[in-house]
Amino acid sequence: MSREKKEEGNRSNDLDRVIENSRRDFLRKVTLAGAVTVTGGAAIYSGHRFEKAKHREGYVKVLTEDNRLVEIPVEQMRDFKPDLKMLQSRGREGIPGRRWVMVIDLSKCRNARKCVEACQSAHHLRPYEYHINTLVMKESVNTPAYFMPKPCQHCDNPPCVSVCPVDATFKRQDGVVLIDNERCIGCRFCMAACPYSARIFHWQEPTQHEADSDKEYDVELNIPQKKGTITKCLFSADRLREGMLPYCVSACPNGVFYFGDENEDAVTNGTTKMTVRLSELLENNGGYRLMPELGTQPRVYYLPPKNRIFEFEEGEKREYKEEKA
Amino acid sequence: MDAIRFNTPEEKGKINSLATDILRNVRINTGFLLWMGFLFTLLAACLFAYLIQLRKGLGVTGLRDFTSWGMYIANFVFFVATSLCGMLISSVLGLIGYKWVKPISRIAEIIAIAFAAVAGLVIISDMGRPDRLPYVFMFGRVQSPILWDVTVVTTYFVLSLLLWFFPMIPDLAIAKDRLEGRPKFLVKAYEILSFRWMHHEVQYRLLGQAVRILLILIIPTAFAIHTVTSWLFAVTPRVGWDSTIFGPYFISGAFVSGTAAVIIAMYFFRVNYRLGKYLNAETFERMGRVMVLVGIVYFYFNLNEFLVPGYKLKTGDAIHLRELFTGHYAAMFWGIQILGLIVPIILLLFKQIRRPLPMLIISLFVLVGSWFKRYIIVVPGQAHPNLPIQNVPVEWVVYKPTLIETAVTVASIVLVLIIITILAKLFPVVPIWEMAEEESEKDKITQ
Ligand code: SF4
Ligand code: SF4
Repeated sequence: MSREKKEEGNRSNDLDRVIENSRRDFLRKVTLAGAVTVTGGAAIYSGHRFEKAKHREGYVKVLTEDNRLVEIPVEQMRDFKPDLKMLQSRGREGIPGRRWVMVIDLSKCRNARKCVEACQSAHHLRPYEYHINTLVMKESVNTPAYFMPKPCQHCDNPPCVSVCPVDATFKRQDGVVLIDNERCIGCRFCMAACPYSARIFHWQEPTQHEADSDKEYDVELNIPQKKGTITKCLFSADRLREGMLPYCVSACPNGVFYFGDENEDAVTNGTTKMTVRLSELLENNGGYRLMPELGTQPRVYYLPPKNRIFEFEEGEKREYKEEKA
Repeated sequence: MDAIRFNTPEEKGKINSLATDILRNVRINTGFLLWMGFLFTLLAACLFAYLIQLRKGLGVTGLRDFTSWGMYIANFVFFVATSLCGMLISSVLGLIGYKWVKPISRIAEIIAIAFAAVAGLVIISDMGRPDRLPYVFMFGRVQSPILWDVTVVTTYFVLSLLLWFFPMIPDLAIAKDRLEGRPKFLVKAYEILSFRWMHHEVQYRLLGQAVRILLILIIPTAFAIHTVTSWLFAVTPRVGWDSTIFGPYFISGAFVSGTAAVIIAMYFFRVNYRLGKYLNAETFERMGRVMVLVGIVYFYFNLNEFLVPGYKLKTGDAIHLRELFTGHYAAMFWGIQILGLIVPIILLLFKQIRRPLPMLIISLFVLVGSWFKRYIIVVPGQAHPNLPIQNVPVEWVVYKPTLIETAVTVASIVLVLIIITILAKLFPVVPIWEMAEEESEKDKITQ
C-alpha cells in the first residue's frame, strides 16, 4: 500500500517536470488521446490529476467523449475502473498514432540497477526474474567492457509473435509487443525464437501471487503474473497510457534512458526530463540496434559506450539464490 | 468365375495353418496380465511425478529460462521420428513392390500408432498450462509451426490407424470363428470389426484400392510430420538450430530410429510369439540392409550438419561445436555418432552380422543413440544464447534433467509399450490372408 502511494507520488512528480521541460508536450497529448477512448462520457482519472493544478476550487476539467473540455464539480467525479474485457481490448489495440521507441545510452550506464529494481517492483518479479537486465558486455579481448541494460527490443518483425500458436503474444499498433497471460499456453516457443533472451517463464508461483490473486488482469502491466505463463518487458504500457515514462526510464539516476514517440521524432530523457530529437540523437551519437543482421527490426536503439567519464567497475559479484517452491 | 477368395481346399488349408500359428498368441494369459500389471504400476508411479509437476509448476524440472526446452521436447522429437517407421516399411518399401515387408508391415504400423499417439501427450507434459490445450483449437494461428505440427501428427496418427486396421479386416473375419476359449468381449469385437467380411473378390478389390490410397497419402503426411517437427527448431535464429537441412536431416534420422524399433519388435515377436517361420532370418537380413542404407544417408546429413559449420566456425557455431566435440557434451556426442551410427553401419555390412540376435543388439544401440541424438539436438543449442547469461542463480546456466522429469518421460515410454502390447496381444501381429496369398503365389511360381 505504502509503495503504491510512493509510486503515485513519483508519477505526479515526473509529470510535472515533463510539463515544465518538454518542448513538444507530447506526453500530455497521450493523456488526452487516452481520454478520448473512454466511453459514456465518464470522467477520466488521469485527466483529473493532470488538470488538478490549474482548475478553480471544487471543479475539474474533463474531456468528454465528443472531445469537449467541460468543468464539473469534484463531487460528481467517480473513480473509473475498467473491467477485464476493456483492459484486454484496449491492451491489444494500443495507443493510436504512437510508435514508441527507446534509446539506451551505454556511455552513461554504471550498473546502478535502479531500472531493474523499479521494473521488478512494478511487475512483481523476484530479484533474478528480469524484464530488463543489465549485462556486462565485452565483445573481444581488446574492446572495453561496458554495461548494457537489455529490455525486450519490441521488434517490428518479432520472431516471438510469429511462432506463438495462440496469439498470446502480439504486436500493437504503437509498436509495443505484449504478452497476454490469460491466453498463453506455456509452450515456450517464443522463448526459443527470441534472439535477445528477453522472455522469462514462471516456473513456479509468481512471488506475489496471493496478494495479487483478486486483481483484475491488466495486460499492459501483466499483473497478476501467472504460473506456467510467459512474462517480459512491456515498455510499461500501463504508464504510457497514463502519459508517463516507463518505470525503468524514470528510475535511472544516470540519464541512460530516453523514451518517446518515433512519429514525433522526440524522445525524453528519464533522468533530466529533457526532450530531444530522436533522429539527431541517433545521428550525433552513432545510434545502432542489436543484431541487425537478424532482421528483427528492434524498437530499442543503443548509443555506443564512448567517452565514458567514469571507470568501468564491475563491482561485487552478486549471488542469486533460487527460491524453492 | 469364382467370386470368393480362399475357397479352394488348398487355400483353406493354408489359411488354417497360418491362423493356428498366428492366432495362438491372441489370448489373455497370465504372462500378459503380469506384464500389463507391471506396466500400469510403473505408469502410476510416474504419473504421480506428473501430478507434482502440475501442482508446483514446471519448476520441478531442470528447465529454466535459458534452456527452456529439454528432455520432454527431445523425447517428443524421438517419438515422432520413430513413428515414421510405419510409413517407411508399409508405404515406401511396400509400394516399390517388395513382398518381404508383408509379414512386418503390421508390426511397423503398431509401432507408428503407439509412438504417434503418445507424442501428442508428451507435448502436453511440456506445456506450462495444459489446462489451456483447447486454446490451440480455439485461438490457433496458422502462422505458427505448432499448429502445423498438431495438424499433421493427428493426420498421421489417423492414417496409421486406418492402415493398420483396413488390411486386418479379412483377418478378423478369418479369426472370429477360431477364438474358442478367448474372452467374450474379444470375440464380439472381432465380429463387429470384421464388418461381415465375406472374402468376396469385390471386397478385396475395394480394400486394395483403399489401402493403396492410404499408402500414398501417408507418404507426404509422414514427411510433413517430421519436417514440421524439425522446423520447430529451424525457424528460430538459434545456433545449432538455424539450419536449412534440418528437414531431411530429421527425416533420415527418423528412418534410422524407426528401422531399429521395428527390428527390436520383430525379434521380440519372433522369439516370444514363436513366429520365426514368418519373421524369418531372411526378413531380418533384408531389414539389416535397409538399416545400412538409411544409416548411410543419415551419416551423410550428419556430415553436412557438422562439417560445414565446423569449417566456417562462425562465433556462435564455434562455441556450440566446441561443446559438442570436446566440451560438456563430447562423451554423449561421440558415443551417439560412433556407437549409435557408424559402428552399426559397418557391422551390418557383413552378412554374418545380419542375423536376428546380433541385429537385436545393434538395434538397441541405434535406438538408444537416436534418443540421445534428439537430446543433443535440442538441449545444447540453447545453452549459449546470443547475449550472455548473467545475474541468475547458478543452476540456471547448465540444464540438468530432474528425477521428476525423467519419471514423466519414462511414463511416456511405458505408455507406448502398453499400447503396443494391447494391439499386439489382442489382434494378429502378422497378416494372415496376405501371407496365404503370398504362399499361393510362391506355389504358382514353383509349379
Ligand atoms: S526482443 Fe524478443 S521478445 Fe522482444 S519482441 Fe523481439 S523477439 Fe520478441
Ligand atoms: S509460451 Fe505463451 S506466449 Fe510464448 S509462444 Fe507459447 S503460448 Fe505464445
